[in-house]
Amino acid sequence: METMHSILPALILISPLVGFIINGVVLPLSLKGFAKTPANTAGGFASAFIGLSFVLALFAFAKLSGSTAENPSLVINCFEWFNFGGLNIPFELRIDKLSGLLVLIISGIGTLIHLYSISYMHEEECVGRYFSYLNLFCFCMLLLVMGNNLPLLFFGWEGVGLCSYLLIGFWYTETEKANAGKKAFIVNRIGDLGFLIGMFLLFQQLGTLSLTEISTLLANPEVVARIMPSVTLICLALFVGATGKSAQMPLYVWLPDAMSGPTPVSALIHAATMVTAGVYMIARLNPLFELSPVALSVVAHVGAITALFAGSIAVAQTDIKKVLAYSTVSQLGFMFLACGVGAYQTAVFHLMTHAFFKALLFLGSGSVIHACSGEQDMTKMGALKKHLPHTHLTMLIGSLAISGIPFFSGFFSKDEILYSSIALPGGVSYLFVIGVLTAILTAFYTGRMMSLTFYGQKRYSHEVEHHLHESPALMTFPLYVLAILAALGGFLGVPHLLGDYLGHMPHYLSHWLNPVVPSKHLPLVGIKIGLHEGVVMAGSSILAIISYFSGVALFKKHMFVKDIISGFKPVEKILANKYYVDELYAIIVVNPVKSISNFCANFIDKFIIDGAVNGLGSQVKRIGNGLRSIQTGDIQSYALMMLMGLLLVIFFIFKVLV
Amino acid sequence: METTSCLLTWIIFSPLLFALVAFLTPSAFEGKLRLLTFIQTLVTAVLATILYFNFDGTQAGPQMAHLVAWLPEWGINYLVSVDGISLPLVMLTAFVSPVAILGTWPALGVELKKEKFFVMMLMFLQTGMYGTFLSSDLFLFYFFWEVVLIPMFFLIGVWGGKERIYATVKFFLYTMVGSLLMLVAIFFILKTSAETLGAPTAAFVDLHRLQFAFDGSSFQSAMSSPQTWLFLAFALAFVIKVPMVPFHTWLPDAHVQAPTVGSVFLAAVLLKLGTYGLMRIAIPFFPEAAYYFREFFILMGVIGIIYGAFCALGQTDFKKLVAYSSVSHMGFIMVGLFAFNKVAFAGSLYQMINHGISAGGLFLIVGFLYERLHTRNLNEFGGLAKTVPLMAIAFMIMTLSSVALPGTNGFVGEFPILLGAFQVQPYYVLFAGTGVILGAVYALKAYQLVMLGPQTRTDLDHLHDLGLKEIVAMIILAIFVFGIGFFPKTFFGKSDVTLDQYSNSIIDKVGPHGP
Repeated sequence: METMHSILPALILISPLVGFIINGVVLPLSLKGFAKTPANTAGGFASAFIGLSFVLALFAFAKLSGSTAENPSLVINCFEWFNFGGLNIPFELRIDKLSGLLVLIISGIGTLIHLYSISYMHEEECVGRYFSYLNLFCFCMLLLVMGNNLPLLFFGWEGVGLCSYLLIGFWYTETEKANAGKKAFIVNRIGDLGFLIGMFLLFQQLGTLSLTEISTLLANPEVVARIMPSVTLICLALFVGATGKSAQMPLYVWLPDAMSGPTPVSALIHAATMVTAGVYMIARLNPLFELSPVALSVVAHVGAITALFAGSIAVAQTDIKKVLAYSTVSQLGFMFLACGVGAYQTAVFHLMTHAFFKALLFLGSGSVIHACSGEQDMTKMGALKKHLPHTHLTMLIGSLAISGIPFFSGFFSKDEILYSSIALPGGVSYLFVIGVLTAILTAFYTGRMMSLTFYGQKRYSHEVEHHLHESPALMTFPLYVLAILAALGGFLGVPHLLGDYLGHMPHYLSHWLNPVVPSKHLPLVGIKIGLHEGVVMAGSSILAIISYFSGVALFKKHMFVKDIISGFKPVEKILANKYYVDELYAIIVVNPVKSISNFCANFIDKFIIDGAVNGLGSQVKRIGNGLRSIQTGDIQSYALMMLMGLLLVIFFIFKVLV
Repeated sequence: METTSCLLTWIIFSPLLFALVAFLTPSAFEGKLRLLTFIQTLVTAVLATILYFNFDGTQAGPQMAHLVAWLPEWGINYLVSVDGISLPLVMLTAFVSPVAILGTWPALGVELKKEKFFVMMLMFLQTGMYGTFLSSDLFLFYFFWEVVLIPMFFLIGVWGGKERIYATVKFFLYTMVGSLLMLVAIFFILKTSAETLGAPTAAFVDLHRLQFAFDGSSFQSAMSSPQTWLFLAFALAFVIKVPMVPFHTWLPDAHVQAPTVGSVFLAAVLLKLGTYGLMRIAIPFFPEAAYYFREFFILMGVIGIIYGAFCALGQTDFKKLVAYSSVSHMGFIMVGLFAFNKVAFAGSLYQMINHGISAGGLFLIVGFLYERLHTRNLNEFGGLAKTVPLMAIAFMIMTLSSVALPGTNGFVGEFPILLGAFQVQPYYVLFAGTGVILGAVYALKAYQLVMLGPQTRTDLDHLHDLGLKEIVAMIILAIFVFGIGFFPKTFFGKSDVTLDQYSNSIIDKVGPHGP
């Protein structure tokens, strides 16, 4: 491993923070008001600063690829954060091949979404506030991936949670939206406790929280043998943190509600970047997770089950953003499935392609919502294709990518995940079956979404039709950029089999990530399992195509699954109500917490503890009544008496002493 | 050395000198008395800053001692000094005082009741607080500890709310019960020192030479050891002040009834007298007994964290909510102190400062709102952020500090406490950690009910945003929130050596060994 000292990581990090300060402090001060910054000014500054980060990130990327070292990294130790009592946590940033890739994704997609927001938020009040939060988010997210120790990662981790809270509740005057923000923050906090406990355990075992030192220590067999007994616990605790931030079972419930934030926010935070933090954390700590097959198995199962569960809910949603939200939960499940079977590289690959196509789909849905005067219900859309040609074209590419249609980006990454999950040491796994089912569902609900939105007959009102318009260039430009990435991004990770046909095209991403995130289990295929890669690929492609086009075709005339197959109604109802999980949580968590707090505040404290105190007090009072004659009600005399009493006590003691 | 040796005495008594000036001020200038108080707090803050820069962070022992023989034949002296543990608390007091005065400046045209006596009490209170933190003699400590009670008694009893008398009496009796036992213990120590050292003494340096027998081989032997009784006597006095559950019910009442400035001092500084006492006296002088009972105090701390949080969540009175949040946050310090771990000890000291800042700030916010809308009922606000954006920002910053978000000072206190305590008491910390979740629940609930959602009140036309004085007060607090959050080393670096030596000596004597 070679470390190069470089100021680049610090500059990349600070740039959006400067933007935050300009929009959050400087502009409001100079314009004497918070709501007075024009959208172009606020958005211009914010985009420029995140754009600068992107340019700097390109330099960093070039530096890394130019290095001949096996595992190069750019490191800067900014200052000492904590250092006392044997706890030494420097504010140290590192860009290596993994974080470098993520920094590019965050700043790149971040810039596009900032630009898009200028137009999307044009008519809103307080755009300055919006862009300052967005910049702050980028700062925290960059810190999350560049921080070279777990507390710093946690800093970013909690910071993005805060920004998510602020942005979900951006339109805070609506109680429902404010509630959604609060729910996101609190559910995340539940996960964060797990993360904290994981850190504490790790510190107890290794005496350090530095990521570099952790990987060095874990390369030492003696250390590994020593920490082996607690490694599963550490990994599971950390994974609890991941389930919160990355919306996995059972803590996924905040993400669908988070859709009440502005749509560009959903694209950036709740699809492309923040929610993938858990995947990044596991990929980063892969030497640790590798030590615990139990923890990995839990990760894989939670991921697979979440993927299927959320995918099935997406089929019955009518709100276009809710479909995408559950789809995100489902795709994140896919990534965890990949992590769990040891295919960390594949998880990062899917993280990247998902960032492309899901950001695209969200921005596209934003464009649709924008065109339909804020309508999000797909049952009131339909036949928008001719009105929104650019949005339709780009979203079509995004939908093909997510569905895994051959040669679009999602095809490569998803196929790799399916292929990895079949290749477990134990042989063919049912996780593979769950994966395939989810892939079918994904293609199906995506086709349904496209159909309900763009095809079939029109269902919108005259008023909406009157205002119907394609979005301006500032919004369609990011759509096209993302569409190109979503279409071609997969060629960064062409599987061996196909690469041979394409003139020996290598798996670029795998080569790039190898020094940080080694690929572990893939070689098992072909040795233990005779199933050919090509069979999986062909099978999944065919299923995806059939499923996608049946989704499109079926919902041209119908809106609900129950309309297509009679007798499907109860299932539809369960799915539309998201398996009643929110209601279940209200019964087993939210309401008990409320009752307990009422009981504590209004019964225990008032009657039991204070009752005892007052009971004691009233006895004293009876005695005190006898002394009432001394009470004069004059404050000065009280003060005097107090002081005198104090002195009296002092002298009393002296007397006894002598 | 000569020039600075009186510095501590100046810090302690400069407020009292100003109180004398205030007393002699003719009533025609009564309107200027607040200004005088503000100048006093600034003067003391300047003196404290001089102290900070003259403090030698490479030394562990007490510095800048000032000794005046008081009643030497009884072993009682006026002895003050400062070390790395008292320094941050003195600085906290020095900076919170002007902030509290600025943030509670009465609006123009507000009728002031007994203004002269009021500001004198504020000054008197400061003298008591500085004196307690800087005393290096047990008896002097006790003296200042009691002095603090008097102004607080009047602040609540004269300028308090409707049920001020009940609250005052409760506050006074609670604290008195504890203090009385402490006095008896001090008396016992003086007697012992006279017997073993040849002369009675209560100076902290001499107390280290005293050995109080302790036998922890069985519960009975522990309970019959003199050290146990001394420890418990001091600990009771201190935990009432903290306050530790179940001795906490004086706090919500006192807070709700106290005027805002009283609440700020109470939350920011007075509660720390309790934890400071534990850290300065109860734990180092009676380490075996403290160690023997550690799990009990940790348990009570954890109960405090959870129970306090639930009580906070169940409140509709904004001020009570903040008061119970103090109960919860002070529980973290209890856990940190009784974990007997180096990192946790340091975290506890930091948390004392950090809670002072966040709780002080939150009580100021409550005060701002009460002054403008004359209510503390959380259901009578809603959607205020639109009308008072500056207040909303200030409130958000204090909320973040309170929920211990990384990058704010709150994290700098809670993280080391939990991390350190986990190394020795993992199971308790697991429960203490739920405070991290519950803290977010009640803090965000309060924020939402006040600032977010639709506006329900119709009388908001006259609601004005923060004035200049209030802005300055909140900016000072915000600088500390983020300054400490990002650069704890800069703020607490001078305490490192003291803390290191402090924890080493205690852990060597009794504590668990290891990281």
